[in-house]
Amino acid sequence: MKRVNDFRSRNHPSWWAFLVHRISGLLLGLFLPVHFWALGLALKGEATLDGFLRYTDAPLFKFGEWGLVVLLSLHMMGGVRLLLIEFGPWSGQRKNWIAGALGFGLAAGLVFALALFA
Amino acid sequence: MSATLKVKVWRGKTSGSFVDYEVPRLESQTVLDVVTHIQRHLDPSLSYRFACRVGMCGSCAMTVNGVARWTCRTHVSKVADGDALEIAPLSNLPVIKDLATDMREFFDKWAKSHGQFKGTKTRHDEFEQVRPESRERMAANAGIECIGCGVCYASCDVVTWRPDFLGPAALNRAWTLANDVRDNAQRERLKAVAGDVGCHACHTQGSCSERCPKQIEPTAGIAGLKRLAGRAAVRGELE
Repeated sequence: MKRVNDFRSRNHPSWWAFLVHRISGLLLGLFLPVHFWALGLALKGEATLDGFLRYTDAPLFKFGEWGLVVLLSLHMMGGVRLLLIEFGPWSGQRKNWIAGALGFGLAAGLVFALALFA
Repeated sequence: MSATLKVKVWRGKTSGSFVDYEVPRLESQTVLDVVTHIQRHLDPSLSYRFACRVGMCGSCAMTVNGVARWTCRTHVSKVADGDALEIAPLSNLPVIKDLATDMREFFDKWAKSHGQFKGTKTRHDEFEQVRPESRERMAANAGIECIGCGVCYASCDVVTWRPDFLGPAALNRAWTLANDVRDNAQRERLKAVAGDVGCHACHTQGSCSERCPKQIEPTAGIAGLKRLAGRAAVRGELE
């Protein structure tokens, strides 16, 4: 029998950074087919695409769009952090990188939300 | 600070459960002191492993309130949840009995990672000159203090998900040797750590670096091995 860790052993910034990166990646992966499907509507003519795009002005779509921007910026910064870990010279726990990546993601979300209401 | 600690200790072999004990609380008490008190005064059948009691041997690591730690260098006051302590064996290793784990697979993986130094010189040759400030030597020094306690291995989720994964300690050892300019088994070692269960399996969760009692960062060594393995693969040296 082997003991298996629970959340107590995972409760530290690097593991949370891993989880945010993984979940944002999976959600973005789920979004991609929808994205291509929507773009693909253009093949059926202008009217079909415009008919769909009208729905995207609905508040729920805007909220979804905001979520997408936050996910993208978090995932991008998570990726930059990983590239720095893999290729850069560093030492220490690099928790400031995680804080910076999180701050950038949230700031991007705020900027987008402000632009929506402007 | 209450007068007694409420301690839950894992008891069992292939199956088991937590058993409650009450232990007098003392100033500057370590978790190892608590375990020793239980064995000497409450239940002599309790099995656990320790040797030096001062953080040199790496044999007393256990899971304390969910986190892998050296029990000898962990003060109760630092980790107790009020007056509650939960003491379990290390994760990711087979339990022999109670708090003692079978560490064979942990050390076997050091051998699989070619963790032995292979040199060419004999006692009749001149000493190799290694500059302490050289990049390679500094990288090796950063990981060389590992005492093989298994805390990183027990903290790593990739080891749980993929039991063949060589693990942070063995890869850290391989990285220190990869930076040893006297070693001449680099290619074989790189082949051993570049496979599916080697450095590329790491998910960079950083639990090893977070929990290492010696503040070693196996994450850095694993990233270094990925770079070396990548370079060697491009040059066709891993075939």
